[in-house]
This record gives sequence, C-alpha cells and structure tokens, in this order.
Amino acid sequence: MPTIYVEGQPYEVSPGLNLLHACLSLGFNIPYFCWHPAMHSVGACRQCAVKLFKDENDTKGKIVMSCMTLARDGTRISIADPQAVWFRKVAIEWLMLNHPHDCPVCDEGGECHLQDMTEMCGHVYRRTRFKKRTYRNQYLGPFLTHEMNRCIQCYRCVRFYRGYAGGRDFHTLAWHNSVYFGRHQDGVLQSKFSGNLVEVCPTGVFDDKTLARHYVRKWDLQTAPSICVHCALGCNTIPGARYGTLRRIRNRYNGDVNSYWLCDRGRYGYEFVNSPQRIRRPLLRNGDGRPTLAAKETALTQIGGVLRESRHVIGIGSARASLESNFALRCLVGPENFYLGTCRAEVQLLSAAIDVLRNGPVPSASLHEAAWADAVFVLGEDVPNVAPVLELALRQSTLRKPSDTIQDLHIEPWNDAALREAIQTEKGPLFLATTYSTDLDASATQAYHAAPQDIARLGFAVANLLDANAPSVPGLLAPIAALARQIAGQLAEARRPLVVAGVHCGMGAVLQAAANVAYALQRKNENTRICLAAPWCNSLGLGMMGGKCVDSAIDALRARGSTTLVVLESDLYRHLDVAEANNLLNTANHVVVLDSLRHKTTDKADFVLPAGTFAESTGTFVNNEGRAQRFFAVLPPAGEVQESWRWIGELLAASGQRSSAPWQTFDEIVEDLVRAMPAFAPVARAAPSADFRMAGQRIPRQSHRYSGRTAIHAAVNVHEPQPPADPDSPLAFSMEGYLNQPPSSLIPRFWAPQWNSVQAVNKFQEEVAGVLRGGNPGKRLIEPQADGQVEYFTEIPEAFERREGYLLVVPGYHVFGSEELSILSSGVAELAPMPYIAVNPEDAGKLIVRENGLVDVALSTTSHYLPVRIAPAVPPGLAVVPMGLPGIQWNGQPVWKKLLRT
Amino acid sequence: MLSLIRTVWLVLLHMFHRRVTIQYPEHKAPLPPRWRGRIILSRDPDGGERCVACYLCAIACPVDCIALQATQDEHGRRYPEWFRINFSRCIFCGFCEEACPTYAIQLTPDFEMSEYHRENLVYEKEDLLISGQGKYHGYNFYRVAGLAIGGKDKGQGEEDRPPVDLRTLLP
Repeated sequence: MPTIYVEGQPYEVSPGLNLLHACLSLGFNIPYFCWHPAMHSVGACRQCAVKLFKDENDTKGKIVMSCMTLARDGTRISIADPQAVWFRKVAIEWLMLNHPHDCPVCDEGGECHLQDMTEMCGHVYRRTRFKKRTYRNQYLGPFLTHEMNRCIQCYRCVRFYRGYAGGRDFHTLAWHNSVYFGRHQDGVLQSKFSGNLVEVCPTGVFDDKTLARHYVRKWDLQTAPSICVHCALGCNTIPGARYGTLRRIRNRYNGDVNSYWLCDRGRYGYEFVNSPQRIRRPLLRNGDGRPTLAAKETALTQIGGVLRESRHVIGIGSARASLESNFALRCLVGPENFYLGTCRAEVQLLSAAIDVLRNGPVPSASLHEAAWADAVFVLGEDVPNVAPVLELALRQSTLRKPSDTIQDLHIEPWNDAALREAIQTEKGPLFLATTYSTDLDASATQAYHAAPQDIARLGFAVANLLDANAPSVPGLLAPIAALARQIAGQLAEARRPLVVAGVHCGMGAVLQAAANVAYALQRKNENTRICLAAPWCNSLGLGMMGGKCVDSAIDALRARGSTTLVVLESDLYRHLDVAEANNLLNTANHVVVLDSLRHKTTDKADFVLPAGTFAESTGTFVNNEGRAQRFFAVLPPAGEVQESWRWIGELLAASGQRSSAPWQTFDEIVEDLVRAMPAFAPVARAAPSADFRMAGQRIPRQSHRYSGRTAIHAAVNVHEPQPPADPDSPLAFSMEGYLNQPPSSLIPRFWAPQWNSVQAVNKFQEEVAGVLRGGNPGKRLIEPQADGQVEYFTEIPEAFERREGYLLVVPGYHVFGSEELSILSSGVAELAPMPYIAVNPEDAGKLIVRENGLVDVALSTTSHYLPVRIAPAVPPGLAVVPMGLPGIQWNGQPVWKKLLRT
Repeated sequence: MLSLIRTVWLVLLHMFHRRVTIQYPEHKAPLPPRWRGRIILSRDPDGGERCVACYLCAIACPVDCIALQATQDEHGRRYPEWFRINFSRCIFCGFCEEACPTYAIQLTPDFEMSEYHRENLVYEKEDLLISGQGKYHGYNFYRVAGLAIGGKDKGQGEEDRPPVDLRTLLP
C-alpha cells in the first residue's frame, strides 16, 4: 500500500490509483470535470490541479493535474497550496466564460456539478465584459433535451456515448472555440444508454425530457431506494416523486450490479405509475357485467364470501410482483394450488436455469463480474434488447484482453486516452450465437446466426472441446466445428471466462449447452462465471418459490367444480394463447385480479383490487444473478391502493381462513416467508427491518431542503396533514430524520455537503468506484454447490433442417416495446417498432413477398397480418416475430408456421 | 407646585407640535416602497410573466409557505403552472424576494390582509400576479439568458453572439 502525503500528513492509498481518485477516496475535495470514476482520466479540463513536491525539503513544488499523476509511494502534494487554488480558480473562470445565465431555467440547477465546482473553486463573480458564444440545439429524441450553450467542453458525453456505450451517432463536431457535441443532424439518439448523458454531463447540456414536462428540483423530490422493474437485471434506482406523482428515475450506484448506469427503458419507463390506466379503487362486476367502483370493505366482504363458498381456489403468481406478494398468494391458496404466472415452456426454462445455478458448480455472474470477464460466449440471447445493462458490461469486457496485452507499454489502466490509443480498435474475445443480428454484433469477434438447435449444438461442441467428458456432437459441419474450436480456444485461454445464456430464445437445449460450456470451463478455471438472463424483474424469485405452470391451471379448473381464480399482477394474455386465456378465465366461476393497471385480464375479472406499483410498495425482487434486493415505497399509496400482500392478508381474514389479517407489517410477512421457505433466509437481511433507527431516527425520504410543506395542501386544508406513517420500512415520508449516511440499502439520495450533483456518490463509497460503505446492497440467494459434482447434459438436439413451405418462427425482442410496463411511457411507445415478421431474403423470394408486404401467420391460434422485413441476418428457414409489441399475441415459443401471402 | 405649572406648560407646547397619530383606516400610513408586506408576482416590461418557476423562492422560504409547479410553453419559456403562497404561514421575511433571480416575486407595502377564515389567506397565482413590473423596472430575464424562447431566437439575447456555424472552416 503506497503512502502519500497530503499537506504533510501521511495517508495509505490503494496501489495504482491516480492522485485524484486517491484523494477523493480519502475524503478530500478536489474539483474535476472530465474525470469520471468509470471512464477514468483524460486530463482535458485542467480543473484538478494540485501542487506536487519532490520531497519534504521541496517548498516550491510544481502544479500537476492530479487525475494524470500516479499516487506513488511517498508522493507529496498540497491541495490547499495558494498557487494550486489560484490555478483552479482561473481554470474554472475560463470554463465559465461562455456559460449562459441559465441556472433558473436549467433542469440541472440544484444538482449541477458545474455549480458545485464553481462554488468549490471560489469563482463567484464574472469579470468578463464581452458577449457569449451561442449554439443551436438539436432534437435528440423523446428522452433528452439539448442545450449546447451550457457546454464546458469536458468531452465526457462523447467519451461515454462512443467509448463506453459503443454508440456511433454522436460526435464532437466543429473545432477550436466552436466545439459542438451532437449528431450529424437532428434525430433520435440510437444508443439505448443515451439517458446516462443526463448524469454524465456535469452541467445542463443533456437533461431528462420526461422530467421537464413536470419539472421539480432535486431538493423537492421525495426519494427512496428502489429496483428497476423493466428487466431481470435488477438495476438499483432512485425514483423521485412530488405532489403524489412519480417524476423521474435516477441511477442508484451498486458496485455489484449497475454501477453508474441505467438503460433508457429503466430510466424512462416509469410513466406507467402515473398512467390513466391505473386502477385506483376496487372494481366489482355486477349482474349485467358492468364494472362498478366499490368501497374497500364491500369488495373485501364480497370476495371473502366468494372465497369461502368456492370449493377450490387457484392462485396465479406473477414474475413482476414482489416475492412477498407471491408468498402471500401461496398462503391464500395453498402450495398445491399455486401456479406460476408463466406458460409451461417458460416455467421449464426457468426451472432449468435455476437448476443450473443451484446444482451446477459455476457461480452466477454479477454485472460487475461480467464487465471484468475477458472472454465471453453468448448463446441464444439478444443481450442488448433483453438485458441492456449487461450489454454495457459486455462492451467493457471486450477491452480487458487488449488492455492486458499492452502491459509492456506501462500505461496506467486509468489513463483512458492513452489506453484507447494503444489498443486502437482491437477487441477481446466476444462470441455471439443468436437467431438474428444484435447491436453487439459489430463488437463481437464472431457473430453466428442460426436456429436455436444449431446454437445449442455449437455450445455442446465447444463444451466437448473444452472437456472430453462432455458429450460430443455428431454430424457437425466443418465451419461450425472450426468456430467451436476458435471459441473453445479463446475461452480456455481466458482468465475470467463468462458464458451468457437465458430463457429468451425459447429452447432448453441452448441453456443446457451453455451450462455444459460453463461446467467444462469450471474444471479448468475456477473464475468461470455464468450469466442467465431472465424475462421479468422477479422471474428468479418466483421460479425459486416453485409452482406449476399456468397452462396446467386449466386442467385443474376443469377437473374441479366451483372454482375461484386469484390472479396476481399479471396479464394472462401475455403468457397464454388467447383461446387458452379465455378458456381459463371463462371456466373459473369467479375471477379476482390484483393489479395496478387495466389490461385484458382485469377487463374479464369479476373483482379487481388496486395493487401498488413498485413506487408505492415495499418488497423484494430476486434478479437474474440470484440477488435478493429490497425496494421501498417512494409515494404513500393514494386512495385504496395498497401492496398485493396486504390485500391478500385482508382476504385471508375476510374469507375466514384467519381470524385477522396475518401480516400487519412488511417484516411480519418476511418472517413468515423465511420460516416457510428457508431458501429465502437471506431476504430478511437484504435491508434493515422497519424498527431500524440511526441515532434513534428514521431515514427521511424528503431532503432537508424539501420546500412547500405548509403550502402544498393549503388549497385543500390550511392545517398541514400529518405525514403518512410507514410501518414497513425504516424510512419516513418526512423531511425529519437522520441526515447523515444511512446503510447502503437505505440510501434515498446521493447528497453530501458541497456535492449536490450525482457525483456525491463518491462520498458514499469505501473507495471511489468501489463498494458502497458497509457493502453493496442485496444478498445472493444462490451459491454453487461446494462439492462440485459435474453432470453434463447429454441430450443434443438434431441439427436444424428446413421444412418445405414452413418457417420456424422464433421470438425477437426490442428494448423499447417488448416489455409490458414501459410501453405505457410515451417516449418508449414512440420508439417501439410496429409489429413485423423478419425473414431471410431467400425465404422472402420463395414467398414472393417484398419488404413491407403483408403475410398471414397463425400464431397462438390467432391470425397475425404482419408486414415483412427482409433481414439477411435471419438464417434461412427462420422467421423472427418481435415479442410483446401491441398487436402480437404469442407466448414466444418457437413454432413451425406456414406464412401466407395476402 | 412648580411641577404642576411645568406640566401645563408642556401640554400647551404640544398643541403646536405636528400630530403623529394617524386616523387609520380613514387615513393610511405612508409606507416606504421597500416595506415587506403582501407578496406579488410581477411581469416583465414586455408584459410576460417574470416568474420562470425556478423554485428558489420555495427553497428560501423558512416557513415553507410557497409551493409551485413549473411548466413550459411550446417555445420553451418556463412559467409556473400554479403558484401558491399560504399567507397564514408567511412571516414576510423577504427571503423569497432576495432569492428570486428574475425580480418576479416582490414584497409590497401592503399589510392589510386580515381575514376571518385562514383559508382565505391561501393565495393562488391569479391572486398574486399583477399586470405591472412592481418595484424593479426594465428587467427581463429572458433577454439575458441563453435560452431561446418564442420571439427570441438563439443569439438574440443582450449578451449573445450569433450562433456558431458548425459547417464553416473559417477561424
């Protein structure tokens, strides 16, 4: 551990850091702009100047940029040296020369890194007496505003967009005093990570366009730690609410999961919480089939009566509901009547994935580990569209091997510009085997597009090459065998290999092939990791809870008379064929649905209870890594809305199963859950319980500068209402409470004295860009078996063979559009494509259809008239239909279909 | 005896002094223009709302009696969608006026705000917004800000140079 001397005092720092990183980690304040903890140093802004001394006798010293200087053992610096202070003050005065007089109308104001740094440097008054440079702005799509006048030319945006996120349509334009950051012309930014520019930009050039529609300042937002619900990665978020509506989502740093980044679906998909489609009051369907609003008591009494009278109650769980809500339903109906809210094929795939993680020897990879992998093999998953932040991690993984190979150049790993200059366009091994082309193809060593069977065969062949005990693949074609050899060679060489697969291509054999590759690698290299993508935010939690698939509920319903169906937070029409879902809902005598949004299933229900969304409830999600993460209510539920587990608890009392609702608080249901299913024991430790206090106080959801307390409700009543009580968490719906740093799982916002922007996260980490103080939040539920008995999967599918007149329809995915909740956000809906069917030019020729020509394909017993997209990357014999887009009714299981030209 | 005469003499003298007592409410006290009384929202010289809904008055308010919601028109001009001051809480400290970057919120020499019902002391935007400039004349924030709004394009601000031409190679 090197020792550095700051103002003459010795401090121990981690080896290999630059001085800025080391000093910020020690708690010193050094201003910076171009440096970013995840993107490192380029030395462009000249803001982090400090004085460096040769030795203890040197009193003169010299000014250096701390971000470009290695913190060597014995380095002596001064941050407070008058010359360094003067240098920083002058540097920011230059940067501020053309900065407009915009703060009152700038959305960054109050959480602006530029404001913070200007204050920190003491540049308080402008001395310039000449006119300012101006720029014209660009339209950058529905998510971002662009205000180039505010730019201070730190180059962070372009370094993130192009260098870190792999975007191509954003550039540094013009030159000398006219440098401009934007697109070659107005248009939607193509990268699905563009929203991060809001947090990357130190000032207000890029801001959240959805927030601007209902703008409030950071200090006025009521915030709480939360988890993104739009895919299974479980990115940590900080949603902010004001006046009872959700206003925005910001990233919440978690070093093991999303670190500094979110995708645009996660950041901008929140608008469903404010949607007019929300169910706010219980609905009962009366005799003539019309829904009527009902009071809570009436609804509970009626549903209680129905539950008491029915001989059988069947519960359908949900992969987008919390672990606790699913457990509550399981208690209501009994484990034997608990069905997972997904179709048979998906349940099988999910349980196969859990089996691989639980019983296999390979640990599941966190996103952090994925970003540090140095060889990656993706089987069957369209990572950029089903697990976007994983794409960001995989993009970083391609830099690992080239960075290792240039070690003899002695470039520090944080010297970003030099490092990228040295590695040029070289990329580490990333092999993709998918059914169609993905956004990662351009960064991949090899991208192989084939039918799921062939992807599985390639995987099995790679496993066989890595370990001869793994089954061999008969009849492999020579080019595939060569590809397998290349992949196996690179994976075997790697120090931290990673295998990525999942449930999205709809074939269990692909998952098994991925497991074989990982098992075979694990024998050679214990640093092997496997990452299995799952479809919903709590897929793994629901899968671990176990239950039958929803298809079999129909048989159960038929077998028994007088049945009530209780559906938890899911639209059955998204998981089943239309006919099957109709069948299920019509066969049941009574249907009770608990959900937050109106959809086809709630339209058919006899009783609908208003469930809280993630923003109004407390619960736990298990992400695809097997990490249980707690989310807390940001808003107190309005009206009759409450968490599903609370409704079900009250139903248990109303139906007479219990004398009173069994769970009054969140901690009580977690206690019951852990007792009933010990596999979930770590869930109780995922966050402190509700009686946790810091210095006897709760953690406030509102900032200490929360404004308008005595005026917000004054139009209704001049007497201020009491803040809502929160029996479920140690957080309070108030501005009163403990103001210092809470435990990492309870951080409601990143703020520190002098650091109002998101950069305050530096103060919450043990070492900058490392783990949060007290460890990153979340508890892993699944660890691999210690004895490591490896049993290879041996069922190798036959090679894909084309069928005359038929195409194998496989699912496709779109980051904007394929997910159920985010599509209700206007921006996401705007970017979602229209439904289509993608086929190979050869098949299109056989069908005699042109681009956009309509074809009829009978998916899930309903005819779909879809325009054809001719895509050379789709293998011949396959057709890709995007999942989840409005108008597509299909559960995504590959099927042979005849396409009819219309 | 002497003191009695002195008192009568003093009273006599006061008959010729200027009167201090005002017959309020028939006569109003002359208040200085910087008197901190009832709060108003003013307009800029062009007649537009000065308030840009920056929330600085709300955060400056020590009794948290100001609440508002920002919105913007189709040309990007910010203004408050609604603006509420609960005068039953207001302590007339004037911090909001000091914090206001656009001279929009001003305290006026008016203290006559007695009401029988506290609800009547909750003023909404239509109660607050006056048609004039108030105490500070001539200032229009949007003329000096870099933001383009309707009627003022980029580079047309008082402190702006014309927008940069990105296509030119001339220095």
